[in-house]
Amino acid sequence: MSEVRDGTPTYDAPGFFADSWRLAKKDLLIEFRTRSAFLSATVFALLSVVIFRFTWDPTAVSTLDLAPGVLWVIFTFSGLLGLNRSFSVEQADRAMDALLASPMSRESVFAGKALANFIFVVAVQSLTLPAVALFFNLPVGAWWISIAGVALLSAIGLAAVGTLFAAVASNTRMAEMLLPMLALPFFVPIVIPAAQATSLLLSGQPFVDVVSWLKVLLAFDIVFVAACTVAFPYTLEE
Amino acid sequence: MTSVSTAESRAVAAPGVQTPGVDWFMAIALLACAYAAIRAVFFTPVDAMLGAVQKIFYLHVPAAIAGLYIGCGLLAICSIVYLWIKDERLDRLAESAAEVALVFMSVVLTTGPIWGRSSWGTWWVWEPRLTLTLFLWFLVLSYLVLRGAIEQPEARARLSAVMGALAALLVPFIHLTVLLFRSQHPAPIVLTPSALTSSKLPPEMAATFGISLLAFMLLFFAVLRLRYRWATVRDARAALEHG
Repeated sequence: MSEVRDGTPTYDAPGFFADSWRLAKKDLLIEFRTRSAFLSATVFALLSVVIFRFTWDPTAVSTLDLAPGVLWVIFTFSGLLGLNRSFSVEQADRAMDALLASPMSRESVFAGKALANFIFVVAVQSLTLPAVALFFNLPVGAWWISIAGVALLSAIGLAAVGTLFAAVASNTRMAEMLLPMLALPFFVPIVIPAAQATSLLLSGQPFVDVVSWLKVLLAFDIVFVAACTVAFPYTLEE
Repeated sequence: MTSVSTAESRAVAAPGVQTPGVDWFMAIALLACAYAAIRAVFFTPVDAMLGAVQKIFYLHVPAAIAGLYIGCGLLAICSIVYLWIKDERLDRLAESAAEVALVFMSVVLTTGPIWGRSSWGTWWVWEPRLTLTLFLWFLVLSYLVLRGAIEQPEARARLSAVMGALAALLVPFIHLTVLLFRSQHPAPIVLTPSALTSSKLPPEMAATFGISLLAFMLLFFAVLRLRYRWATVRDARAALEHG
């Protein structure tokens, strides 16, 4: 119901994507100004890379065998660090109630939160991936683009499932402790294909060998983005 | 004191709650289990190849069918339907099914390695079926922890139903992933559970297996019924105390 004043339209109830993007921008702006979650997630990721390097005997296990596992364990856990914040920022002053009272649909609240988390996860990944490559002395080559593709595909699934369970956990007494326990089993079909695909790509296997893993990732993304969007309204109070 | 006694009498009179007496269903189920156990140990021939350890089969497979298929299936169906019609009885059934399924799955995960150790020579292999069972066990466990972390009954029912419904979607993906993982690695040359169950059983063994399957089904539903009734009484009592 836009009213045209001086030829310029005033606030009109925007569509699903405009709403989501507005909410994502708000979350990212808070994160950009405080940098609290991003810094802790990145420092956690870099520290883990360094610590992991000392947990294996480098003469017994080659870094090429080690790197995919390390990379995906770190991606998963550092992603979890950011997810908790996603709904805890809305709890101060009961901001969530205001969000729900706004004309935004609940599905677009989910899409906005998930989008902000997706960008967060990708940002952490884009710093961790070069760090792993540097410290584990990985060969420089065409695998970069393929692995970045794998990372993007998995970030979609991680953000969707993670956002939903962050919403579930924010309703409980021990959200920070509960979230990893709830979300990790759901990350299994992301982490296994992503680590396997990374390992195949790093060892120089042709792209065709990776396709079956990528299909699993893509199917997971499609099914769980849809399912989590449908399920999200149920995690909010009526 | 009067309020307590009326509360008790009303709880007893509440629909679906009966006065405690002999649970005949449970009695029959326990007798059937005892009969199946005695029959499996003393009156069923010992397997020529696997030896006495094969008798775990009469415990392991029925527990797996009851816990994994019926228990987890009930949990998934009740969760999905709960989100749709919001009936608290479905929530209680999902809660009871999860808890009973966890016990039966723990039996499966305990007896499996004992059998595996003597038949395969190793406690655990990352075979798709084993891996899936383990993940299901973790999922049901975290479902129950989630329930324990939410105090408000309506929110507990709603949020745990969300998790139950999503877990139902997750299971095919875990299965697909572990199958694919397996197929890219050399499979150990062992006797897999599927080889055991698909092989033709001699009639005595098949009869014992059929009887223990029936006994475990009875036991599963008897325990489920008991647990469901307990949840009903608990909720009725909580409603009286708070409302």
